[in-house]
Amino acid sequence: MSLHIINMAQAIRDGLRDVALKDPSVLFFAEGASDPTSVFGTLKGLGNEIGHDRIIEMPISENALTGVAIGAALVGKRPVLSFHRVEFALLAMEQIVNNAAKISYISEGRDSVPIVIRLVVGRGWGQGPNHSQSLESMFAHIPGLKVVMPTYPADAKGLIIGAVEDNNPVIFIENRWCHYVEGAVSDEYDSLPLDGPKIVREGRDFTVVAASYMTLEAMMAADVLSSVGVELEVLDIRVARPFVYDKIKASVSKTGQLLTVDMGWRQYGLGAEIVSEITEHCFSSLKGPPQRLGVADHPTPSSRGLIVNYYPDALDIARSVCRSLEFSESKMQTVLALFEDARQKNPIDTPHPAFKGPF
Amino acid sequence: MTALSLLYRDMLRIRSVEEKIAEEYSNQEMRCPVHLSIGQEAAAVGVCSALQTQDRVFSTHRCHAHYLARGGDLNQMIAEIYGKKTGCVGGRGGSMHLADHQVNFHASIPIIGSSIPLAVGTALSDQLDGTDAVSVTFFGDSTVEEGVFHESMNFAALRKLPVVFVCENNSYSIYTHIDERQPKSRSIEQVADAHGIWTKRLNGNDVLKVLAVTQEAVARCRRGEGPAFLVLDTFRHREHCGPGSDDHLNYRTAEEIDYWREQCPLLMAEQAMEESGNIQPDWLKKIKQEIAVEIDDSFCRAKNDSLPSAAEADEFVYA
Repeated sequence: MSLHIINMAQAIRDGLRDVALKDPSVLFFAEGASDPTSVFGTLKGLGNEIGHDRIIEMPISENALTGVAIGAALVGKRPVLSFHRVEFALLAMEQIVNNAAKISYISEGRDSVPIVIRLVVGRGWGQGPNHSQSLESMFAHIPGLKVVMPTYPADAKGLIIGAVEDNNPVIFIENRWCHYVEGAVSDEYDSLPLDGPKIVREGRDFTVVAASYMTLEAMMAADVLSSVGVELEVLDIRVARPFVYDKIKASVSKTGQLLTVDMGWRQYGLGAEIVSEITEHCFSSLKGPPQRLGVADHPTPSSRGLIVNYYPDALDIARSVCRSLEFSESKMQTVLALFEDARQKNPIDTPHPAFKGPF
Repeated sequence: MTALSLLYRDMLRIRSVEEKIAEEYSNQEMRCPVHLSIGQEAAAVGVCSALQTQDRVFSTHRCHAHYLARGGDLNQMIAEIYGKKTGCVGGRGGSMHLADHQVNFHASIPIIGSSIPLAVGTALSDQLDGTDAVSVTFFGDSTVEEGVFHESMNFAALRKLPVVFVCENNSYSIYTHIDERQPKSRSIEQVADAHGIWTKRLNGNDVLKVLAVTQEAVARCRRGEGPAFLVLDTFRHREHCGPGSDDHLNYRTAEEIDYWREQCPLLMAEQAMEESGNIQPDWLKKIKQEIAVEIDDSFCRAKNDSLPSAAEADEFVYA
């Protein structure tokens, strides 16, 4: 085995290639599947490696083509659909909710729908109201669906393979900014189980459960808070349905504190569900009320002037933690001042120095 | 036995099953909505009789006739409507979700247009695998108003998929006539034609014609000539949903009702058999009796079968 430093988009592409080479029933559906950009490079060159007949160019017909993929899955195929934005899949909700999520149940398990629907969450560069929504809790609400949302490249590669191997419909949510996250990824066939949150940093003082890109903000907050003696335990949600609470419960039992950080809105968000479950089952462990962060309760505006307070970041996470720990105002200001150095020098609306737009 | 007499027997069996459902419905043991196909049997029987075992069928909320015409198990269908564990999907779907995997009757989906792309998907898979299977999707005239219908036709035509679209045009979406929903200046078959799909429109109550045209459509599909689209004009005798009649609501004229009653698929087949001298009173009596015995037995079994237990309700959410 050898490790390579690659970004998450490349890791997903490698995972898809590996699983498609192994299993000839894997098909790829996308609008622009075979165009030069190939869904942010995540399908690039696959046709040359697995045969162009397995790359299905999608007409701009999201609902029907999702149904077509479900139909093909009924008779043995493993389609992977890729949507450039989550919002495009809203046109396909009928097929996803009524058919993909129901067919195993309604057939008493005689049929299954092994499809993966990749949905990219846009952020920054003025994406605006209809190109940057985090709607994972809409999908996670539906029994019969699985919902995966990776943060790191190695996880993304293993989870995309695990998603394709899974016999159920899997909604695979990719934050566009996570595509730029780099990390060491094995070049071997590494399938990961869709088994729920993962502890990405251990700590004794405070449990922070974050969704996808927000895990990176939580990790940044953890680095800074560690320098003043506060140790965060950070859990990356990874799989939002079926939700596995064990690690979060164990962590809160240890720390007595919980903060959730949603990638989307707080109301009815993943954090709301997690806080509710933890309050119900770990009430006696809690030293204070659980806290939730999420994006501001309005649509995503386009202008970089309007998004200044929209996304929660490491500073917001640290502020929430300091308040829960009842830091004095002066101590809190001292801690928050440390973030001036730690925060990225990047503009507010781009993920990575390499990013120059347009989407 | 002539081809017509076999088709007639299948239609009579379906009619008798549904009349029995209507008769028993008031006993409140079939506790789910029922959408009877009485009056539309020729479409189901004519189309399904043109198919081979490897072919695939998808249906809608009005699926009883399609299920039976395809050879779906009668006992399991009645048990399903009674909500019993022995039902074709174990009581999970009821009347609107009939399926029988033994005969490639894959799914009935009670959302207008929802099963169409599934059939296009099985057709895509079969085309990629190089098999000669044909997928058939039944739907009604209102489906022409759905986006997914056009999306599916576009894709099927684009890739020349082996799928037969069967539009049973009974002119009504519940109580609303097609003229209030679709422009009179444009026919349903023109839509298929505009998608570049081979299409035929015919009296959907003439079972021999339906059979012949479906055979042509299926043959085209097997030769790789792409999808086909049939418009089968027909008429629903009973109410949209339920065992009775809804004609007291006066949404259909007496003339229209009378016209179509004369065009009843069973009546038309009987007349054709009489004209050709192929109908024997003894034979008719015999098949009616056979059918009645079979149906009575099915209902008796279904009534006596057990309900599924609540403990099973959360099974099979995931594969």
